[in-house]
Amino acid sequence: MRTVIQGGRVIDPAHQIDKVADLYIADGRIASLGEPPASFTLERIIDARDCIVCPGLIDLCARLREPGQEQKATIASETRAAAAGGITTLVCPPDTDPVIDEPAVVEWIRRRAKFAGHARVLAMGALTYRLRGERLAEMAALREASCVGVSDGGRPVANSRVLRRALEYAATFDLTVFLTPLDVELGNGLAHEGPVATRMGLPGIPVAAETGMIARDLELIHDLGVRAHFGRLSSGRSVELIARAQAEGLPVTADVAVHHLHLTEMDLTRFDSRCHVRPPLRGRRDLEALRAGLASGVLTAICSDHQPHEPDAKQAPFGDTEPGISGLDTLLGLSLRLVRDGVLSLPALIERLTWGPARILGLDCGHLGVGALADVCVFDPEIDRTVELDVLHSRGRNTPFLGWELQGRVTHTLLEGCVVYEGGECPTVANQPQ
Amino acid sequence: MRDAEFLIEAMTGQLRELLARRGVAEPALVGIHTGGVWVAERLHERLGVAAPLGRLDISFYRDDFSRIGVNPQVRPSELPFDVDGRHLVLIDDVLYTGRTVRAALNELFDYGRPASVLLAALVDRGGRELPIEANVVGAHLTLSSDQHIQLTGPDPLQLIIQTAKP
Amino acid sequence: MSATPIQLDAQGRLLHFLTIEGLTHRHLTDILDTAESLRGVAERRVKKLPTLHGKTIVNLFFEASTRTRTTFELAAKRLSADVLNLNIATSSAVKGESLLDTLRNIEAMQCDMFVMRHSQSGAAEFMARHVKPHIAVLNAGDGRHAHPTQAMLDVFTIRRHKPDFPNLRIAIVGDILHSRVARSLIHALSILGAGEIRVIAPRTLLPTRVEDLGVQVFYCLPEGLRDVDVVVMLRLQRERMEGALLPSEQEFFQQYGLTKERLALAKPDAIVMHPGPINRGVEIDSRVADGPHSVILEQVTNGIAVRMAIMSITLGHHAQASGEDA
Repeated sequence: MRTVIQGGRVIDPAHQIDKVADLYIADGRIASLGEPPASFTLERIIDARDCIVCPGLIDLCARLREPGQEQKATIASETRAAAAGGITTLVCPPDTDPVIDEPAVVEWIRRRAKFAGHARVLAMGALTYRLRGERLAEMAALREASCVGVSDGGRPVANSRVLRRALEYAATFDLTVFLTPLDVELGNGLAHEGPVATRMGLPGIPVAAETGMIARDLELIHDLGVRAHFGRLSSGRSVELIARAQAEGLPVTADVAVHHLHLTEMDLTRFDSRCHVRPPLRGRRDLEALRAGLASGVLTAICSDHQPHEPDAKQAPFGDTEPGISGLDTLLGLSLRLVRDGVLSLPALIERLTWGPARILGLDCGHLGVGALADVCVFDPEIDRTVELDVLHSRGRNTPFLGWELQGRVTHTLLEGCVVYEGGECPTVANQPQ
Repeated sequence: MRDAEFLIEAMTGQLRELLARRGVAEPALVGIHTGGVWVAERLHERLGVAAPLGRLDISFYRDDFSRIGVNPQVRPSELPFDVDGRHLVLIDDVLYTGRTVRAALNELFDYGRPASVLLAALVDRGGRELPIEANVVGAHLTLSSDQHIQLTGPDPLQLIIQTAKP
Repeated sequence: MSATPIQLDAQGRLLHFLTIEGLTHRHLTDILDTAESLRGVAERRVKKLPTLHGKTIVNLFFEASTRTRTTFELAAKRLSADVLNLNIATSSAVKGESLLDTLRNIEAMQCDMFVMRHSQSGAAEFMARHVKPHIAVLNAGDGRHAHPTQAMLDVFTIRRHKPDFPNLRIAIVGDILHSRVARSLIHALSILGAGEIRVIAPRTLLPTRVEDLGVQVFYCLPEGLRDVDVVVMLRLQRERMEGALLPSEQEFFQQYGLTKERLALAKPDAIVMHPGPINRGVEIDSRVADGPHSVILEQVTNGIAVRMAIMSITLGHHAQASGEDA
């Protein structure tokens, strides 16, 4: 299929491109920008006037719930939601059931995703066997099975000796280690330890539960020179620690979940279980510090931290509910809000959703260079939409953003040159070859 | 607007005579909050009753709880004497449907078993919905159902009759 | 706070009783005044009022508590309601059943009020959001969050002894961190305009930013007790030693136990309160618990009248809201 995306504002942060131009796609790859390549037989024109044309979004953390929790969601349902949200690459953490600690599980996920065909699903391998934090997982085999890294899967390794060895072993095979810092004992609470938790009588999770682990992990990384990524930071102190390590030259990166850029502990005041997340929503100053860290480049990616749930998982008293927000549907819209709020420019924001995460993963995607995989997101930034249950594509209805006015509507999502989502009023014309 | 004092004067005479006829030497008076207590206070003084005055708030005994709930201005009921075997005079300001008196009788019996209960009302406006009659009445008035009569007080005690606007 | 508090109707009347937070001075004094009229019922020959005749009240206890459940039961019975006790904590039949399923099942029994205790903060509010509109929910304690009927009986008891709230100095001593009683009491005292509220505890038993609730923090008991009018002692759970919050009961009593000598630092006519059940020799000395300053048993008596008041007020508003006929 040869396609041209016509008349859109092309933003490709990897190449510092921000201009109105036509984007030509052939055989699943970017063929050229601006002028049509020689002997280009056009099969399809996508009218992108007044729209932004950017690389497909890359989400560093999305739970698809398959295998193991198909009552919540499936690879098919969530990759479809991803496509509708302009996301072309999803990284699936290893805390599935069974855990992604052997090649068979990776292969199974890959096949399911390929069969569904809506988005690329990359598996993150487990750092330890069954994610128990005791024995090492077969990381070399996982790498061969195309895992993009190894991770604690949201269950931080408490034992420092095990973590140190896991880091060393991962480095042996040039694997990036993805960590979610939270001290298990200190983090055994329900809400940010602060005035809201005190008033509501919710057991608190102090900031030190996160920063204490980051500090330990950074010391190990410092000694070993291992490449590591910290996912879902929640506090300003965490950003400071990462910034200091980066300044020292440590090979560490970090991301933030988009809900931590918009919600605070105040959103818990009515015991709203939809705001029950781990790490917890913190104070206003933490939110501001996370936004500043994103703007300054300490945090190089925004992820959805997508955790779809069946209704029952959230229908209980706050502490009896499962944490997590269904985030694929709102990733782009909530991120664009940061531009409106003056946190970053539109190109910088798109960078945090595309080229930023691609670099963390060490992948040649997330950009629109000639020859790159044609993963493209086209969206109209001027159309506002209200988040409502019947417009959600994810099977998980658990979002606290219902009723929010979000900017931007995805009109087309292309995965390796194929249109995997088409929506909105933007007309698409399949043209006769000229 | 009518002054209630002369009605109470009439009631005092009637009640004194009735008690004498029945041979009740030491009655106890019980007023129903709020207007009934005002009337009872005056009767208590004029009759020179020895037993302290009792006061009933029948809010928790009303039969229309499920329609109007609890009156937020409810006050404690006080019967500062032993009810058992006592001759009681129950006093209210306006006798109408009889439901208030029904509730008051029920409450009295939760305190004990009186020897007898007489009923005195400042005004009997008719319209009874229960088989209850007063032994002593200050005045009989015939009012239509859209008319409302209210005793204001405690000083001076005045009866106000209002007609509900359609 | 964004949404209308769920426990009030559009006219601001109490439909449920979930938390003291957000209520007005008027709400509290209405409850206290109503309770005052109900207090005498216990002295009558017939200790019963017909007010809630024909209503069914379900005591839904997900946490074992004989004492609180009993006072709610007695309060309901004194108002002539029918009472059903369900101790979910000990009932194996409902294991694995979700709270909503339990709720729907009991709703199907045509009841009018749930009195609920649950180990999770916010459980009563969750219940109130999901019950059918004719049912009132009373919070008998949810996690660390609130125990509003206990707070009301506490302020009721205080008011009977010391009605001048603006000139009162009250000290709450002990495990504030885990205490729903303390949270609700602090709110109630603030709303009633109490002059000074103190909390006295080691830092391990104080929640972060507790001063945001409008209290003065003391780590030293003798200092905190100086010139107070009311001392409220909290119960210390034995498992706090295992949680590394305290070294031992002995040390706690040494530092924070209320003894006669320490009580002497308070005003001469100070009253001593405790929500019960008391741990003698852990948070309070027997000579104080049974001494002339103690109003602990009076609290129990008052608890029945206060709960009767709250039951009749909330159910009365439900009746008005639904407009059912007499």
